[in-house]
This record gives sequence, structure tokens and C-alpha cells, in this order.
Amino acid sequence: MSHPHELYELLDLFCPMHVVLDHEGRVLHAGDTLRKLLPGTALVGYSFFDQFEILRPRAFTSMTALRAEAGKRLRLRKQGTPRTILKGVLYSFENGRISVINLSFGFSVLDAVRDYALTSADFAATDLTIEMLYLVEAKSAAMEASRKLNLRLQGAKIAAEEQAFTDTLTGLKNRRALDTILARWLQAGRALTLVQMDLDFFKSVNDRLGHAAGDHVLQTVARILVEETRDEDCVARVGGDEFVLLLAGRMAPEKMASFAARLISRIEAPIPFKGEACRISTSLGFTRSSVADDPSAEDLLEQADAALYAAKRQGRAQHKVYAPKMSLVLPQENKPSGGPAPPLPP
Amino acid sequence: MHGLMNRAIQSFVRDTYGRDRWVEVTRLAGLDFINFEAMLQYDDALTDAVLDACAQVLGVPRETILEDIGTYLVSHPNVEALRRLLRFGGETFVEFLHSLDELPDRARLAVEDLRLPGMELREHSLNRFSLVCRGSQPGFGHVMMGVLRALADDYGALVFLECRDQPSDQPFETVDITLFESAFAEGRSFDLGAVAG
Repeated sequence: MSHPHELYELLDLFCPMHVVLDHEGRVLHAGDTLRKLLPGTALVGYSFFDQFEILRPRAFTSMTALRAEAGKRLRLRKQGTPRTILKGVLYSFENGRISVINLSFGFSVLDAVRDYALTSADFAATDLTIEMLYLVEAKSAAMEASRKLNLRLQGAKIAAEEQAFTDTLTGLKNRRALDTILARWLQAGRALTLVQMDLDFFKSVNDRLGHAAGDHVLQTVARILVEETRDEDCVARVGGDEFVLLLAGRMAPEKMASFAARLISRIEAPIPFKGEACRISTSLGFTRSSVADDPSAEDLLEQADAALYAAKRQGRAQHKVYAPKMSLVLPQENKPSGGPAPPLPP
Repeated sequence: MHGLMNRAIQSFVRDTYGRDRWVEVTRLAGLDFINFEAMLQYDDALTDAVLDACAQVLGVPRETILEDIGTYLVSHPNVEALRRLLRFGGETFVEFLHSLDELPDRARLAVEDLRLPGMELREHSLNRFSLVCRGSQPGFGHVMMGVLRALADDYGALVFLECRDQPSDQPFETVDITLFESAFAEGRSFDLGAVAG
């Protein structure tokens, strides 16, 4: 080798993690940073293979085999703890008498900086490691700030949804809105008809065609309900397939019957969804604010529920108007929405 | 103004003077919220109103508040992450000074929509420098003065700093920096591998 001193100086400056080997793999010279990886271990004069294990492209233990991989990407592991993974590349000259391997950390760099207490002076001036460490830290901090913002926004969204009066799926009023409006109407002494309504065979649509089909059905029913009621009425979805209607004013039994018949016939029309037809029906229970002198919201809801149950028991696709003889307590076992659905009337 | 800058003002007032004073500032500035979000953008006028309110509530000139914010950003344990990011700029205080030219780019690498005023370091001699800050809003020079003062301590350097008064029609501010000794004191250590809490 003609100018080993200049070569070593150049390598020290440009590649502080290099090692210069002789033809048998003995270390002639090693960069400062590489030596930091093996504190208290003499490198010069000893075999490179004592301290470093070659993993890829294959496990080599001879210098001849390693030299054949000149210019290719090497993967190595330092012996002794920590067993840092390194990557490297070899260049050989003077007919294989001298080889230089330059090493770097690759993805192990974050651990390595900590494990070996490296400073920016341990990296070449042109090495981008410091910039990368800066980026990792800066991005983590920015990410943390964004994560906190997301958490707060999520919390705000949940709170807003809880306070909202709208059922987001159908755009109808929700339970909270219904309770508020019903209380206000009763307080003002307004005459009203309250309808509890739920869908028949809805569960089988969900089971057979999936939740997207179920959602589509609910949206279609919601549109029908809005079309069949007046602006001053209130239409709310209070559960999965349960709806409550507040119809303003007095309503004669015949009008209730024609209203129910119209709803049932429109809702029974097959609802197309992605080439399939969803067939459902509905049962309705009516009650009137005039049944008692000063009815409470709970009373009215319970009465309409009892009427709905009676309608279901009569074979679905029916409506019933509450009469005091109807039991207000629903038998838990036979709740209408639970048991197997009877076949749809032709 | 980016939420991070507004948030810096908020953290400074809260950590230095207490939460009540900060709430007072937001009220006086006419904000309809208490907390700035670090990752959102706000109207420049809001920041202006907040700084005026700070000066009034704390009874300190606006320039002093800006400088104290700069100092706070480097030295308060609650914002240790920022000190670390700044220390990546160089091994020594002089190296750090030379890295200031690229500070706006560094900031943008971290947070894409964070725009810092342009900065240019001029070297007059081995120990005399000046930092020219060009920003849409006046006052950034004072913040940088606080940052530089605290970072000089952090590096253990002994410096003299002066913010030169600019005619109000000039869109830039200049901080004169005289370095007496770069290793005057021990300074604080900067461990590359440590993670800021």
C-alpha cells in the first residue's frame, strides 16, 4: 500500500465506522466510531470475524468468500452485547491484499446512539444521521401534539352527539328530542296522538343482506314517515327499528286506521337494495292524550307500547288503539320483536 | 399565526404566572376559548391581541414579554423537547448560530405548516455576529434574543446580546451578538439518545 497514512486519515474523516483488513481478515486500522462500539476490545491485529458476524448475503467466515461480495450490501451483527445489527459494503484493492469495509447502523441507529452514547462528532460531517434523529424527535413531538388534539376533538364529538337531537342515520329526531318535545306539548296541554311503531321482519333483512341493507331500509322508512306526516308532527327513531310519532291534534279512530293502513302499505312495498328486494312490514300502537285528564309522557308511551304489543299479537302488519283493558306490562319472554317472525302475509 | 406559537405564549404565561392570569389574558384579549390548539392555525390578529393583553395583565412591556417567551422556550422543563430540537443545530454555540439560517426549514420539516420568519446570520468577526429576522409580525427579534440568551447558557457560552431598534417601516429586526467566551461555564449536557419527556 503506497500511502497508508493518508488513506487512514481520509477514511477517519469520511467514514468513522470503517475498518481496514489485510488479506486474511486481520484488522489493520479502524475508525473512531467503530472502536466506540467495542470499548476495551483491541481490534488492530485481530481477526475481523472475531468481533463481527456476517449474516447476509450468506454467513461467511473466510476473507476470500467475503471479498467475492465486494460492492454488495452486507448485513452484519456485532458480537457481545448489545448485538447491534449493522450494514456495510466492502472494497478490495492491491489484488485483495487490502480490503476496506464501511459500516453503518441502518435502522438500529436509534438504539445505537443510546447504547454507545454517540454524539454528532461520531458521525461524518456529511452523514445525515443527526438530521434523521432530529426528524424522528421533531415528528414524534408533532405527532404527540396531533394525537392530543385528536383525542380532544373525539371527546368533543361524542359530547356533541350526546347533546344532539338528531338521529344521525335517518335524520329523524332521536329519543332525547322526543322526550323534550313530548314534555313540552303535554305541559302546554296540546292534544296529541302518540304512535309507537316498529318494523316487522327487519331483523331478517339485517341477517340476510347485512347492516348496509338494514340502514338503507331504516332510511327509506324514515322518508316515508316524514312524507306521511305534517310539519307540526314529530317523527323520532328511538331504537334500532323502533319509531315514535307525535301527531298534533285530535284524531278519530277512522283516521288512525286509514293513516296506519297507508303507512303499512307503503312500508310493505319491496325496498330495492343492490339488486335485492328487502321486504318488511310494520305494526303500530296508538294512544291519545285525551284518555286521561293529565297524562304523563311515561303513561302515553307505555299505553302506545301496550297497543303495539296487542297489534303484534294479532299477526303483525296491524294497528291497535290503546284501550284501558290492555295490559300495560309486557311479558318479557314474548316481546314482539324477539321471537321468530311469522310468514309475511301475501 | 400557527397554533404552536400561540400555544407557546399560553404555556409561558401559565407556567410563569399561573393559570388565573392566563384566563385573565384570554378574557381581556376577547378570546372565546381558554386553550390554543397547538396544531391549528389562528388569525394573526388574535396573537396580537393576546400579546397586548399579556402586557396589560402582567404590567410588563411587550418586548420584555417576547424576550421572556424566548427564554422560557429553551429553559423551562415543560418544553424540554424544543430545547433538544434546537440543540440539534450544532455542537457549539457558534455552530448553533450558523444553523439559524436553516431554522425555518427545520421547523417546516417537523410541522409542515409552521412558518418561522426568515433568519440570516452575519458574521462580522470571529466573535461578533448579527442575526437579521424578517417576519410579517414585528417582535420576533425579541423572541430570538430570549432564545439566544438561554441557549448561550445551555451551551455554557458567555455572550452579550442587543436587539437593535429598527425604524417602524422596516420589515426586519436585528439582534447583535458578541461572544466573549464559548466555553465560559459547563453548560447543560445534550445526550443524542435521550428522549425528552
